[in-house]
Amino acid sequence: MWMLELPPFVPFYVGALLALITRGSLRSLLMIAVPILGVIQLWTVPEGVHLRLAFLDFELIPYRADKLSFMFGYVFHIAAFISIIYALHVRDTVEKIAGMLYVGSALGAVFAGDLLTLFVFWELLAFSSVFLIWTRRTPRAYVAGMRYLVIQALSGVILLVGALFYADHNGTLAFEQIGLNGIHGWLIFIAVGIKCAFPMLHNWLTDAYPEATPTGTVFLSAFTTKVAVYMLARAYPGTELLVYIGAAMTCFPIFFAVIENDLRRVLAYSMINQIGFMVCGIGIGTALAINGAVSHAFNDIIFKGLLFMSMGAVLHMSGRINGSDLGGLYKSMPKTTALCIVGAASISAFPLFSGFVSKSMIMSAALENGYDWIWLVLLFASAGVFHHAGIKIPYFAFFAHDAGIRTSDPPKNMLTAMFIAAVLCVTIGVYPAVLYALLPFDTGYIPYDATHVLAQTQLLFFAALAFAWLNLQRLYPPELHSVNLDVDWLYRRAVPTTLRACFGFVRNSKITLQQFLRGNLDKFLLSASRHEAANWMLRPGLTGSMVMWVVVSLAVCLLLGFV
Amino acid sequence: MLTHLPILQVIVPLMAAPICLMLRPVRLVWLFALIASAMVFLISVALLQQVVQSGTIIYEIGGWSAPWGIEYRIDLLNAYLLLIISAISTVILLSTHTSIQSELAAERHTFFYVAYLLCLAGLLGIAATGDLFNVFVFLEISALSSYALIALGNNRRALWASYQYLIMGTIGATFILIGIGLMYVMTGTLNMYDLSQRLPEVSDSRTVFTAFAFFIVGVCLKLALFPLHMWLPNAYAYAPSAVTALLAATATKVAVYILIRFIFSVFGVEFSFSHFPLQDIFLVLSLAGILIASTTAIFQQNVKRILAYSSVAQVGYMILGFSIGNPAGLMATLLHLFNHALMKGALFLAVGAVMYRVGGVQLSDFAGLGKRMPWTMAAIVIGGLSLIGVPLTVGFVSKWYLVAAVLERGWWPVAVFILVGSLLAVIYIWRIVEAAYFQLPAPGNAEVREAPLSLLIPTWMLVVANIYFGLDTRLTVGISESIAKMLFGVEP
Repeated sequence: MWMLELPPFVPFYVGALLALITRGSLRSLLMIAVPILGVIQLWTVPEGVHLRLAFLDFELIPYRADKLSFMFGYVFHIAAFISIIYALHVRDTVEKIAGMLYVGSALGAVFAGDLLTLFVFWELLAFSSVFLIWTRRTPRAYVAGMRYLVIQALSGVILLVGALFYADHNGTLAFEQIGLNGIHGWLIFIAVGIKCAFPMLHNWLTDAYPEATPTGTVFLSAFTTKVAVYMLARAYPGTELLVYIGAAMTCFPIFFAVIENDLRRVLAYSMINQIGFMVCGIGIGTALAINGAVSHAFNDIIFKGLLFMSMGAVLHMSGRINGSDLGGLYKSMPKTTALCIVGAASISAFPLFSGFVSKSMIMSAALENGYDWIWLVLLFASAGVFHHAGIKIPYFAFFAHDAGIRTSDPPKNMLTAMFIAAVLCVTIGVYPAVLYALLPFDTGYIPYDATHVLAQTQLLFFAALAFAWLNLQRLYPPELHSVNLDVDWLYRRAVPTTLRACFGFVRNSKITLQQFLRGNLDKFLLSASRHEAANWMLRPGLTGSMVMWVVVSLAVCLLLGFV
Repeated sequence: MLTHLPILQVIVPLMAAPICLMLRPVRLVWLFALIASAMVFLISVALLQQVVQSGTIIYEIGGWSAPWGIEYRIDLLNAYLLLIISAISTVILLSTHTSIQSELAAERHTFFYVAYLLCLAGLLGIAATGDLFNVFVFLEISALSSYALIALGNNRRALWASYQYLIMGTIGATFILIGIGLMYVMTGTLNMYDLSQRLPEVSDSRTVFTAFAFFIVGVCLKLALFPLHMWLPNAYAYAPSAVTALLAATATKVAVYILIRFIFSVFGVEFSFSHFPLQDIFLVLSLAGILIASTTAIFQQNVKRILAYSSVAQVGYMILGFSIGNPAGLMATLLHLFNHALMKGALFLAVGAVMYRVGGVQLSDFAGLGKRMPWTMAAIVIGGLSLIGVPLTVGFVSKWYLVAAVLERGWWPVAVFILVGSLLAVIYIWRIVEAAYFQLPAPGNAEVREAPLSLLIPTWMLVVANIYFGLDTRLTVGISESIAKMLFGVEP
């Protein structure tokens, strides 16, 4: 019975501890056992609030389970299972621990019933995940991780401020629907928006994820943003603003993804694109749309994981990840190629693959609720995603010109993990009922009717045609070593340069001022004390200026007191 | 015996100090000082219990009744302060036997304990007495002994830092004395309770205003409110670590206590906040202090100086709390008194352990210590998180109440300042963490081992307290809530 009381993050935190003290195959066994035991335990738990604590004047609910959190709970366990298998060959203890803590924190966040608990896990999520980036142990990864951490921590702080206002406003910290009324609603919205990679707030994702270790990126791709999607689904369903934000998110990354060379960065952009679909669905807010958003999150975790895994395998085996350096790998990595194509087909929403059964729900919901223009934008984005994730990734990595790399398929554990993910993609695509049974609402939706299938197939074929034509005409942006400017230029270049200029100005004026003052004061101060010694502490000014401040304070106090 | 507890509180360390001079060897002196401090701690616990159960204790020294004799008046606020001071002092004394070995010449060890006990007696005396002139006397006792304590450091700069502190401390004390003198002139009494009765009659006179201004400035100098803080970083940086821990955790707290006592009890909320523009002055100074001191902390290379500037910023939070001028704000200040004592105590003790093993506390000395001294560094990380105000630590509790109090007033820009202050704290704490965990050890640090248990145990006692009181807030929140209501004249 006590098992029921155990919040889902606990097994993973215990797992992190075990990862610290065990080594070798015992550790591998334990790591695999954690998500399996976790999911079994989760299966036995009924809906409802399972844990309450009193803190300060508030009630904390560290463990609240309902359909929405179950949905994310299950897929997080699956993703953890796959990612752990994929990372079995890694010996780096720090990475193992960080991975387990990261998964645990994500689970803690989706089962948190109040904003304070949520905040704690939100920050733990940031602090554990950054180690997945740092364990690549390159200076580039360190700096990128630092930027990532700063932004994530900032989002946490904003969330906390929002929570404070929320508590002040509502007298409770319970995490329910919030909506965009009042400052608390907006603050929490921005905090979630950062984690969710809203346009202009998205750069941490494309900046940091491609710098993580091959295995770390697989973990990263599954959790942080999906926790944010979960939060949106719970706190802001039906917020119309989200429809437009989501639509923007589906479109703008396409252009960056097409010109990007680093294939994992391409996937990072395509991730924003996929999240855009979910955000859009949450914004529409009908039962069907929410179902679509949530199930798309479910599927995206698996197929995006699969794609990141296949690219991780390429990086692991060849040491390269730029589209311009790769090509022709299908000869030496046939299994990886096949599995990557399954992932590509899923993300492109080919019928019979998992992306199709969830994305079509969002599209239908958009049409049903009169968002015709949004529907067109989403359609364009679907073509775009097929373009950069469905074709570009496999094409430049495994086909295109032969880059002369001779290697082999990755280790067995990596292949197994990819295989499991691929099987899930196809299973959900063929038997969507498995997925639909988990959904928060019962809408009786049928994805496989003639219009959906035909429309989607048509779209995909024309997109493929466009790619082929552009490529043959040599109009397609070539894969080049280059740096693409994105919004992060603002804080990585513009702000530091401006600040430096400002500080320089202040320093110069300060020096001028000092020289002016010194001309008058120095003689007096020097004659007052003959302590002009070499030691910095013997500066004659220090005691003098302290006394001056005392006098100034007294004068101010008296003046203000008498006036 | 029980009725004499208020005076025993002060007498025990005061008498123990000279006895120390007669004892040999140093280990015995240490043990004696520790026992004295522990006794004081037990007395303060007993006092707190007594006050909670039966209300304010009034003790007349020598049986002379109040306006003529000196009376000790222990209410909840005094008892709370006594508890903080004696508890921190005892924990720090646990570590001193080891920590001063590397930082003080051997022949000075006995003097260290003498000065330490005198300082303790002074601090406790301030917190216990109900007489104005007594406050000044104890203030001088604690200040003079702390000048000596700072000057004991091996580093020759300690002498200069102590000298600067001496000058400033003396000016502060003089201001306080002038303030007391003016009040005496106007009312003819030195008893605080009596004063609070008589001051309202003369509260319109300029003399009282002047007295108030002198007094406030003098105390603000003592508690290092920005911009009167400049003596503090040097004093903290060059004093022996145990002394720094004691001063950081208790001395500024006592000064804040004096301020609270005067503003709320002696002069009254009415005078301080309506007649005198104290709120605006304190609000501006505390916000400026939080921002400027935190920013300065970021640019320091010496870890003790980082923490010293952070102390100046934390004083800003305390002053900010009661400049809000509502019971919730005062409550936040009182919570932070306790909580800041825990964090800074833990941090400076941990830094003392680094000093003991490495011999320096520059950031470069911390390089790679994460692996060499894991427990010490973990203590610094937890203490630092508490300083930042991360949930599950005490820092969060006080920040929470502070922000809640600010929001109650609707001053949300101030709340933004508080959060910016926390972010700045993230940066300066991160610099220590980065050095400890992400840099390779300096060549000289290869042989460094974990600090001895005699340093780790007191440090971790405070670290655990940081977490425990962050979770179980009944004691701290309960007491400070009653104190805040009492001082604002709201019936609890």
